[in-house]
Amino acid sequence: MAGDNGNSNKSTDPAVQEMIAKAESLNVATVWDRYEAMQPQCGFGDTGLCCRNCLQGPCRIDPFGEGPDKAICGASADVMVARGLDRAIAAGTAAHSGHARHLAHTLLKMAEGKAKDYTVKDGAKLRAVSTRMNIPVEGRSDNEIALDLAKAALADFGEKDTPVMWAATVVTKDRVKVLTDLGLVPKGIDYEVSEIMHRTIYGVDADAVNLLLAGLRCGVADLAGCYMGTDLADILFGTPTPVVTEANLGTLKADAVNIAVHGHNPVLSDLMITVATDMKEAAVAAGASGINMVGICCTGNEVMMRHGIPSCTHSVSQEMALMTGALDAMVVDYQCIMPAVVNVAECMGTTIVTTMDLCKITGATHVEFSEEAAAEKAKETIDIAIQNFSRRNNKPIDIPEIRTPVVAGFSVEAIVAALSKVDAEDPLKPVVDNIKAGNIRGVCLFAGCNNVKVPQDKNFTVIARKLLKENVLTVATGCGAGALMRHGFMDPANVDELCGDGLKAVLTAIGEANDLGGPLPPILHLGSCVDNSRAVALAVAVADYLGVDTDKLPVVASAAEAVSEKAVSIGAYAVAAGLPTHVGVMLPVLGSPLVTEILTDKVKDLTGGYFIVDLDPESAADQLLSAIDERRAGLGL
Amino acid sequence: MAQPKEIFVRLDRCLGCHSCELACAVEHSQSKSLYSAISEKPTPQSRVYVEWVAPDNRLPVLCRHCEDAPCMHACICGAISRTEEGVVLTNTNKCIGCWTCVMVCPYGVIGRHLEEHKAYRCDRCPDLEMPACVSSCPTKALVYRTVDDFSKDVRKVASREMLSGEGG
Repeated sequence: MAGDNGNSNKSTDPAVQEMIAKAESLNVATVWDRYEAMQPQCGFGDTGLCCRNCLQGPCRIDPFGEGPDKAICGASADVMVARGLDRAIAAGTAAHSGHARHLAHTLLKMAEGKAKDYTVKDGAKLRAVSTRMNIPVEGRSDNEIALDLAKAALADFGEKDTPVMWAATVVTKDRVKVLTDLGLVPKGIDYEVSEIMHRTIYGVDADAVNLLLAGLRCGVADLAGCYMGTDLADILFGTPTPVVTEANLGTLKADAVNIAVHGHNPVLSDLMITVATDMKEAAVAAGASGINMVGICCTGNEVMMRHGIPSCTHSVSQEMALMTGALDAMVVDYQCIMPAVVNVAECMGTTIVTTMDLCKITGATHVEFSEEAAAEKAKETIDIAIQNFSRRNNKPIDIPEIRTPVVAGFSVEAIVAALSKVDAEDPLKPVVDNIKAGNIRGVCLFAGCNNVKVPQDKNFTVIARKLLKENVLTVATGCGAGALMRHGFMDPANVDELCGDGLKAVLTAIGEANDLGGPLPPILHLGSCVDNSRAVALAVAVADYLGVDTDKLPVVASAAEAVSEKAVSIGAYAVAAGLPTHVGVMLPVLGSPLVTEILTDKVKDLTGGYFIVDLDPESAADQLLSAIDERRAGLGL
Repeated sequence: MAQPKEIFVRLDRCLGCHSCELACAVEHSQSKSLYSAISEKPTPQSRVYVEWVAPDNRLPVLCRHCEDAPCMHACICGAISRTEEGVVLTNTNKCIGCWTCVMVCPYGVIGRHLEEHKAYRCDRCPDLEMPACVSSCPTKALVYRTVDDFSKDVRKVASREMLSGEGG
């Protein structure tokens, strides 16, 4: 492969390969070097057979059976593994819902007139969501409704008379019954996270099945956090509509002040986009052509979906954006920010700006963000970048000339709007009819991260290629979307090459009905990782249309290169919603044959969903296809 | 004369947890306690090395105490000798830090102590009945046995396999 530089075992993205070679030549350590230095990684942790939950530990159970077969407290391998998995789900839930809570506080401050830089950007969505939450909307102002909605959102975190409303009102009626019968309806989002910490502490829950059910319930709470995050972000910043943009390191501009927004929450980054337009003059005065905003990870997805801001790179290659030497500042909020960016930034002359109290990094510049002074803080961070640009002094920069066209912005509302151009009366009919007719074999959601253990993007692209050829309608979120967009999967020009005939016809018909002069892109970008809620919303809409529950749909999910505990909690709610859910890296559960069997098989009898753990993307694609076919057969298709 | 014991590695057992390395360093510390050893000077060094063989094999490697030890022959100042029990030792008083032993060691298990300027390697934990690495191994990948005993176990497994093949 041209430009491979011998790094194809690290990344399949040629722009990233170029920067890995640069890092090697400059002796800058990156995630791939640290991964190599970490070998061999501990097999106990790898198999989930390590417990540090009490001070009598650490305990390890010997999977070969010669050493200890129980922890010091007597916990079996099954209990140890289930506890560890539960804590990962709780951590993921805490992160997604922390993001949502931040937005709820922002909405509240806006409604109380304390955050003047925010407004309701989508009044229709405010009303739709509020109606779902039984909040009166007739004859009330945006601010009045927003105040009630923000309070309802914050109330969902604690225990109250009603269950978590952002969970109970977003799934099918049948699913509510399934979850109620299994005791999987969360009482409060924080309540479930806290209860996991309680039940996994020294000497509490020692029944693997009971532990796993609690983990699934916490997973449902995670769905609520994600769904709330999407709802509130759409209300505050606008519900995405299709946008044309670009991805990869080639979106950096040599002569501009380049600022990357990195992390997850649009609460600051969305304002930075607006403020940056007003600050062009300051950039020009500093000798730049202007300000070039780019995104990394899910903050990048948020601003791409709403403003068409190009995505610079994602996940495991975040250090490579710095290796170009062209970034003047990387402004981060929280989640998935490798602390190592500070070291690479120091080598390359970039300033890392942390903005959130809960996410400071030693060596970074901290600008404490507040909603009350949001635009002012956004300006302050951009000023830092402009100042840094003037210190660049023509130092050499290397921007790989690689950019991929991307059409993004597919919120459920945007998808329905596009479909209503085909059938205004009955927008879902064209998709459902095509599923029934077999032109669309099924639907797959790609989600999650890039894991250093996988050559970057390989699992995503291999599986996507196969599924598209087999006419699987495919959507993507998070850094999974990032992976696929950088390889051209969101460029409508590639539909011919990538998609099977049935899918091609459907994408073209919708595209033409919308006067796009061509098809929709091969894969629809749904947004950031909290926007996996959009995939749930889409599945629920199709299930309601067909009059079946979500576990009957030919819909599957794949976190093909998962890293974060957030991917584990998303996987838990996908399984709770009834989806066959592929994970392309090893979950730390193999130490317990019982837990492994429950997750990959037995749970199917309860929720209809289950995990498919397969590290080989070729056979994973086959397993996803057979899961789709099994569902089709179940529906008599 | 009784057969001396050797440290053997059961090649399929190592999980790569590095417990042997930790235990070795602690045993070669002044305090012999993990908590204190961490901050000790000179820094306690492990003499066993857990190596990774891609994609998923791990292996602890340590001094084999060769009967015909190349390091002993090569040592120009006579610092390396063999004890009655067959343990090859470096006398740090005589070691001049020329690293000739490092050059000739076929296993790469002789280390350089940066603070003491001396070569170091496995000494089979003379104060212990069982070397620290062996005791610390949670999967019993490291065993301390005579050649006879180790081989007998291998023969037993091999015999079973041969017979199961015979019986179909």
